[in-house]
Amino acid sequence: MTETVKNTLLFAVVGGLILLTGFTQSWNSAILILNMGLISAIMSIGVNLQWGFAGLFNVGVMGFVALGGLAVVLVSTPPTPGAWSQGGYGVVLALLLGAVTVVAAVLAAQKMPKGRAQTLVIVAILIIGFFVYRAVFDPNAVAIEAINPAVAGNIGGLNLPVLLAWPAGGLLAAGAAWLIGKTALGLRSDYLAIATLGIAEIVIAVMKNEDWLARGVKNVYGIPRPAPVVGYEVELQNDPSFIARADWFGLDPVIASTLSVKLGYSLLFMIVLLVLLWMAQMALKSPWGRMMRAIRDNEVAAEAMGKDVTRRHLQIFVLGSAICGIAGAMMTTLDGQLTPGTYNPLRFTFLVWVMVIVGGSGNNFGAVLGAFLIWFLWVQVEPMGLWIMNLITSGMPDGSVLKVHLIESAAHMRLFTMGLVLLIVLRFSPRGLIPEK
Amino acid sequence: MDLLNALVALSNFVIVPAIAYGSQLALGALGVTLIYGILRFSNFAHGDTMAFGAMIAVLVTWGMQAAGVSFGPLPTALLALPFAILGCILLVLITDRFVYRFYREQKAKPVILVIVSMGVMFIMNGLVRFIIGPDDQRFSDGARFLIKARDFKAWTGLSEGLAIRTSQVITVVVAVAAVAALFWFLNKTRTGKSMRAYSDNEDLALLSGINPERVVMITWILVAALATTAGVLYGLDKSFKPFVYFQLLLPIFASAIVGGLGSPLGAIAGGFIIAFSEVTITYAWKKVLTYVAPENLEPSGLVQLLSTDYKFAVSFVILLIVLLFKPTGLFKGKAV
Repeated sequence: MTETVKNTLLFAVVGGLILLTGFTQSWNSAILILNMGLISAIMSIGVNLQWGFAGLFNVGVMGFVALGGLAVVLVSTPPTPGAWSQGGYGVVLALLLGAVTVVAAVLAAQKMPKGRAQTLVIVAILIIGFFVYRAVFDPNAVAIEAINPAVAGNIGGLNLPVLLAWPAGGLLAAGAAWLIGKTALGLRSDYLAIATLGIAEIVIAVMKNEDWLARGVKNVYGIPRPAPVVGYEVELQNDPSFIARADWFGLDPVIASTLSVKLGYSLLFMIVLLVLLWMAQMALKSPWGRMMRAIRDNEVAAEAMGKDVTRRHLQIFVLGSAICGIAGAMMTTLDGQLTPGTYNPLRFTFLVWVMVIVGGSGNNFGAVLGAFLIWFLWVQVEPMGLWIMNLITSGMPDGSVLKVHLIESAAHMRLFTMGLVLLIVLRFSPRGLIPEK
Repeated sequence: MDLLNALVALSNFVIVPAIAYGSQLALGALGVTLIYGILRFSNFAHGDTMAFGAMIAVLVTWGMQAAGVSFGPLPTALLALPFAILGCILLVLITDRFVYRFYREQKAKPVILVIVSMGVMFIMNGLVRFIIGPDDQRFSDGARFLIKARDFKAWTGLSEGLAIRTSQVITVVVAVAAVAALFWFLNKTRTGKSMRAYSDNEDLALLSGINPERVVMITWILVAALATTAGVLYGLDKSFKPFVYFQLLLPIFASAIVGGLGSPLGAIAGGFIIAFSEVTITYAWKKVLTYVAPENLEPSGLVQLLSTDYKFAVSFVILLIVLLFKPTGLFKGKAV
């Protein structure tokens, strides 16, 4: 069996699993798996770029995904009336002052001669800067949060088409990645891991607490849809030509409209995935991709050949994070709401890692395959676990404590299964399902 | 000006909680640092190891409470601790035998071991949720306070009260005992010395006839004991919730790295540095400042530098500062 045949078969198997869901459960859940699988595949491509191409250990995927989601709110929702005049400009001024403080401290660290005077100056700049920042920031943020807090209380967005928010999400994530990369890259690999883990938690903390920005844990609802492709269920149900088409398929108009909306998303996501996959493949084959892998395999040798390792690492770190940001923006668009409380590192960071490792790190198709397969498992392990638990406990008397406990715990089989899959793949097929060429 | 009251308020809200939290972090960081020193990787499953040990303690405590066993004014969980440590040792030794040993024999790169520990993290997390569920569990009993705020006010006649909880005193006492035992073991016993030798120079240690598998086994046993103790103390002080233990990973790693990975002394120092900075930066200083500030100059706001939800940011920023200016940590750690 040649490699192409094997890989095609693998993809066919995963496609078959999703189709099976459609036939045995419902087409609605099958398309849901497909849509989240497409988004996961994009995240996997981003992580694969960093880990598979360059060997960078980024466990802050969640942070970049969340930043992408934030971008959707900041770009596509309508601005809150009066928010800018009440305090928006003040907040921007405060953030600028904060940035100036940090830049001044960094300059002092670089330009001044080392010694006690330098330390004192840096500390003084930071302390004074912090209090000035808080003095400008606090009243303005409070002013924004006071505007109609039940439905708004945030600065709102730019009211632009939501599709523009996707690249914007990428840019926002890229900017954050640049800042982290500047400080943490060049240190040891474990330190980058801890630093990214921390930054992801901080991004989530900011999104939960800064109500003026995106309403914090009060969540933002009603994010507009990419209307020309996706549409709204109610409009479709009132459209006679749509009802006629649904009738032709033999479907109830209500079910047909929900399916149609989801398929619209699938189409959009598929286009983004194919474009990014094509770009990642071109990058892998290009001299740049070969250089990256050379750096990954032997940094010292690559440096001796005159490659700027730290710069290249920064470059690919920013690119990979930007892709995760795009995926995050797409996910928030699909959900139609931003809920900072739901970001969990196990789901948004470590699960993506399982996808990349299981699929095959260093191979873009492997990462995509892993994303679909692991997402399918993630969704389906819960009903399967429940089924197994029902089977195991069928002999036990009804109402026994153990039986109730086992059936209730079936929902937690997910994490266990993911860990098991990861360990088994790492042990017996460490290069993944579709290994790097 | 009322310095005495300010001091009491400061102790009540900052110093006492930070000492307790610092001891918990230090115990956690010691486990991370030992694994890093001997097995040479960052163990992402450490938070979940703590959760697993604490979970056994919770279950045993419940069993003892049901059987009517109690420890007087002290929490029953202290009686359950030895059983929990045994259970946790069993788990990590099984994990080592079936997971980590394979990669050790392969001489896999440290980063591969980190990814493996990610898988172990998922499994342990799943196990804990499977057995006890993801919710908050309370298992502390016995006397809640050693000194009550009201009693303190009555004794001293001050307007500020100082409350010291039993769990805080127990945390500090147990932590000191555990650390003393650990240092005695590492410095005085033959096995401890062989562990330090292995950590300093693996090849030289192997040449002098040290059995690496034995060193690794002892390390895991120590790590399980430390992690369980840290987990139980944290659970007694706050409450037991699996996801919180996972989130402790960040401050624990920050403590270990700030102190210098691989240095036990550094882990302890790092734990207290992180704990004190987290508590002081997220504490609302209004009360203390009102006592200290001269008449008419009392602060009007809360004087809270950062909201409590940003405590992760504090440990993170300290971590970055130390990494940028002293990459091997305060007490010279090792760099793999």
